[in-house]
Amino acid sequence: MSKTDVTRRGVLKTGAIAGAGVALPTIFTASSAAAYTNEPTGASVTLGFNVPQTGPYADEGADELRAYQLAVEHLNGGGDGGMMNTFSSKALKGNGILGKKVEFVTGDTQTKSDAARASAKSMIEKDGAVMITGGSSSGVAIAVQGLCQEAGVIFMAGLTHSNDTTGKDKKANGFRHFFNGYMSGAALAPVLKNLYGTDRNAYHLTADYTWGWTQEESIAAATEALGWNTVNKVRTPLAATDFSSYIAPVLNSGADVLVLNHYGGNMVNSLTNAVQFGLRDKVVNGKNFEIVVPLYSRLMAKGAGANVKGIHGSTNWHWSLQDDASKAFVKSFGTKYGFPPSQAAHTVYCQTLLYADAAERAGTFNPCGIAEALEGYEFEGLGNGPTLYRAEDHQCFKDVLVVRGKENPTSEFDLLEVVEVTPAAQVTYAPDHPMFAGGQLGSCNPGA
Amino acid sequence: MDAILLQILNGLDKGSAYALIALGLTLIFGTLGVVNFAHGALFMIGAFCAVTLQRIFKLSFETLDPTQKDFLGNPLKVKTPYVESWFGPEMGAAIIDWSVPLAILFSIPIMLAIGYIMERGLIKHFYKRPHADQILVTFGLAIVLQEIIKAVYGANPIPTPAPEVFRGSFDFGVMLGFDPNAIIYPYWRMVYFAFAAVIIGAVFAFLQFTTFGMVVRAGMADRETVGLLGINIDRRFTIMFGIAAAVAGLAGVMYAPINSPNYHMGMDFLVLSFVVVVVGGMGSLPGAVLAGFMLGILEAFASMNEVKSILPGIDQIIIYLVAIIIILTRPRGLMGRKGVMED
Repeated sequence: MSKTDVTRRGVLKTGAIAGAGVALPTIFTASSAAAYTNEPTGASVTLGFNVPQTGPYADEGADELRAYQLAVEHLNGGGDGGMMNTFSSKALKGNGILGKKVEFVTGDTQTKSDAARASAKSMIEKDGAVMITGGSSSGVAIAVQGLCQEAGVIFMAGLTHSNDTTGKDKKANGFRHFFNGYMSGAALAPVLKNLYGTDRNAYHLTADYTWGWTQEESIAAATEALGWNTVNKVRTPLAATDFSSYIAPVLNSGADVLVLNHYGGNMVNSLTNAVQFGLRDKVVNGKNFEIVVPLYSRLMAKGAGANVKGIHGSTNWHWSLQDDASKAFVKSFGTKYGFPPSQAAHTVYCQTLLYADAAERAGTFNPCGIAEALEGYEFEGLGNGPTLYRAEDHQCFKDVLVVRGKENPTSEFDLLEVVEVTPAAQVTYAPDHPMFAGGQLGSCNPGA
Repeated sequence: MDAILLQILNGLDKGSAYALIALGLTLIFGTLGVVNFAHGALFMIGAFCAVTLQRIFKLSFETLDPTQKDFLGNPLKVKTPYVESWFGPEMGAAIIDWSVPLAILFSIPIMLAIGYIMERGLIKHFYKRPHADQILVTFGLAIVLQEIIKAVYGANPIPTPAPEVFRGSFDFGVMLGFDPNAIIYPYWRMVYFAFAAVIIGAVFAFLQFTTFGMVVRAGMADRETVGLLGINIDRRFTIMFGIAAAVAGLAGVMYAPINSPNYHMGMDFLVLSFVVVVVGGMGSLPGAVLAGFMLGILEAFASMNEVKSILPGIDQIIIYLVAIIIILTRPRGLMGRKGVMED
């Protein structure tokens, strides 16, 4: 006969131990779920595409969105794979990211910092976006980058050209593939020297915000190093539409080169006004008067029409490049949408692939793991030649294109021609360069 | 001296645009008593009439050119405008080149119709409502109109050049004994100024020398008495709304080559034009014209580097600064009727 010694105290003790044992793995799971913001738990992962869908850069935003959709299609194994086939890393398999199907939500930045932050916040908090990317303005990029740093998600910048994005406002959670003002200056200077010589007087008209300031500083420094004299630097309001009163005094200032540190509608209007005033037909100081637009885009060139003919500038990428990667991207994009992609479309497509690839290589969506995988990462096959994502400032270093408005375009897209591919080494600067000083990368923030 | 003359010239074309828009605005306020915040949108639609006519003239058929490749490596589709095929390459190219001046004729019936529909369909329901309601509804209408234009034409500016013969600039400096390039002024801006002067003169002549204009002026002075005489003043005021819309539209058509039209251009001018109306005197036609040119020239002066170096940012606030001073010292505006905005 066996004696069962069951007591109330014993049952409670056993129950407590068993309960703790059962609960233990859950505690660990819960703990790992809180390891970083928006860890994907289901079969899919959500990316947040924050682009201007309304406002003056809506067309550029629409092109970015097309490229994002194409990138998602390729990541999920659809389409022809685009630049996934030419990308030097082979971590991406066309089965999503880390086996999870890629889904996306979109936000409208309106090219306003507050609206962009609000839409990014909504995508992170309500839609569970694990990464935010996009934008067509440096002011917006810097604002959203700051928000992503606080929220603990990765920010893959879209079109932002201010030195500050990876300079004084750089953040550990933010990464930029696009080039910057310094690089434009470094790429353009030798070409301008060959074309216009070393004895020139430059007059700058500059959009009065972060991007304009840093570009003006960069181009002036690069051209002064050639021996050019900077006659004047005039800041123009971002909201200006008619630049005649800023352009009219240029010819009488002794300048023989006008540098337009303008982008988007500002650039279209200032260049149109400058051509209307006949600046390009004038001879000053015994030399032909010249205009330079340091940052070019095809969409802007389209807006300015015939006024861009023969005018030089720089660009991050152009669809007419003949390397395998560019051709693959143009084929993929052009077949889907019927026209070639813009540089904005290219950079955001690259950023999406680079994020996905970093997640695959890191084996996690944890922002700190991804940041580690991207820092110091060298790659090629994305249309810009060998490229480095520098660890010190999260800036990509790659070739920069110098372009010129085409004299005889064959179509509405054939507006620019590449005149020089400036090697990455020529546009590389030290991480502590004075133009990029004043900020700290800090440490990565995984969020919750 | 040359810099001063240069900025006066610069102010004239901007002032022309302000004057034309403000003329329509004050005409509508003077006749119908409506504060029309959709007036800038009418200016923008006028510019897009020029864009549309240019696109109509550029409608093309495609032929494949196997000797050239498109961006995907397929034979290039070469576009030939129908007008070039119908009238010959030279004549066709000339028609396209002159699309902006030709758009004047194209835009008049369109703008009159838009003005008529706008007044009959929406604004007449707000005659008796407070100005705040009128501002809200017309501002809403302006946003609707600009979003429609953006949906159809996109957000990017669309180049709409002036005819070849008007491109380039004239050197006033040489003519006046200054150094070459000291005072240069684009031909098309001179055309714009002359055009604005003709339109303003025509509106004044219409109101001054026609029976219709006389009745409208009488209605502006005393609507009730004119009505008691058995004259349907409302109908005439509706027509005046259409005319005001056409004036704004024509200002937009001719402005298209100065700055490539985009969906937002109306808003850029609207607020400033309202300030012009207030400074000139609500309901005063000569006041609107005078204030338009005056503020255009002041704005140009404020953009001078010499001025900005002393008062940074003055170019952005000069118009509002003047408006504050005028409203404080003379609430009825420069040429406003006694009693208007003073009670």
